[in-house]
Amino acid sequence: MTADAARRIAAVPTTTEETEPLVLPSYERPAAGVHPPLDFEGYRSTSLRHPKRPLVLLPHRLTEVTGPLLGNDLITMQDADLTTQRGGEPQGQRIIVAGRVLDSDGRPVPDTLVEIWQTNAAGRYRHAREHHPAPLDPNFDGLGRCITDAGGRYRFITIQPGAYPWGNHHNAWRPAHIHFSLFGRAFTQRLVTQMYFPGDPLLPLDPIFNSVPDEKARQRLIAAFDIELTQPEWALGYNWDIVLRGRDGTVFE
Amino acid sequence: MTGLTPSQTVGPYFAMRLPWPDGPYVVPEGTPGAVVIVGRVYDGAGNTIPDALIETWQADPDGRFAHPHDPRGASPSGYREFRGFGRCETSPDGSYRIVTLKPGPLPTPEGDIEAPHLDVSVFARGLLDRVVTRMYFPDELAANAADPVLSTVERARRSTLVAVAEPEGHLRFDIRLQGRHETVFFDI
Repeated sequence: MTADAARRIAAVPTTTEETEPLVLPSYERPAAGVHPPLDFEGYRSTSLRHPKRPLVLLPHRLTEVTGPLLGNDLITMQDADLTTQRGGEPQGQRIIVAGRVLDSDGRPVPDTLVEIWQTNAAGRYRHAREHHPAPLDPNFDGLGRCITDAGGRYRFITIQPGAYPWGNHHNAWRPAHIHFSLFGRAFTQRLVTQMYFPGDPLLPLDPIFNSVPDEKARQRLIAAFDIELTQPEWALGYNWDIVLRGRDGTVFE
Repeated sequence: MTGLTPSQTVGPYFAMRLPWPDGPYVVPEGTPGAVVIVGRVYDGAGNTIPDALIETWQADPDGRFAHPHDPRGASPSGYREFRGFGRCETSPDGSYRIVTLKPGPLPTPEGDIEAPHLDVSVFARGLLDRVVTRMYFPDELAANAADPVLSTVERARRSTLVAVAEPEGHLRFDIRLQGRHETVFFDI
């Protein structure tokens, strides 16, 4: 340690609490088969982008058990309604996508930022590098965000996204999906994933969806149609809960 | 136990949503004592990756976190504009840039001291899950030598985790996803 670092540690005021041993929570390590392997032959872009050396086990210490608690200053109510962001009504099937963010102990994860992005109804992203010859919708950007409430609940109003070709192999089409990005409450809980729709005939053909080895885990990427969430004369409802890593061992609140 | 939701790739179009105008600024540009971290992300062929997202998370200069899981609580000296979190998408030349304050050393439950470091996540098309690495500081030779994480890494590969001081005063932290000088990534 440098003298400077020693001075900085010494400069932290010492209270009774701080002389006690540091006790930190630890987070569950995901079971094998839940997350996709980084090297997956069916998804071409992984070939030059996956590390080949074994990962080094990182214990969960202060930097890992804490994490950014972001959001309220970033968010407006309108951010969760993707159908009213551009003045006019977008084309396509209006849907409500709602659910809870939980940890694997079933506890809600409140006040956490949820960010989503998706194609429009025609399967086109609003992105400069997107070349799919499907129309852009002047009334749809495909961007949303919200903060979970005290019960871990989130809710978006959007448009049913479309399928699109992606060039990974002959006649490759991505099933309709919505990208989700979540923080949870700790660095260990960070998750970026995709939500799919039930009954999509492209799912069995999609290497990205099928990169998840465990069948049950893979099915958890598919939302459930929900007639209770569906609003009469207005929008279909899809329910999707997102489960982040929970704490294992003794929990200190 | 409820089953975890699997990870899926961030894909090529995350830049629609995830970059924030102030994302790269853990502290505002020009904050006294700010350090600028720059780097490029490379694939296994040595080509730069123009569609990666870098996220950083770190302690404040006193080695503390304004977070309920840090039992010591926020730093009493207060770093008002410091948010600990940085996010920057790579440019067409594969480069990213983060403006931050150097974190302090950190105590561990085992009674060790971790050298100042940033936890770094990399997301990209072709990465089905994020990969996680750490950035350590080149002016902390003794602290790095005593760091309980660095000491678990094969000696020949440790240098991939330490930034390089550049003449302009920047710190350079290049990330190689694959190849001869592949960065050390962690199982978290």
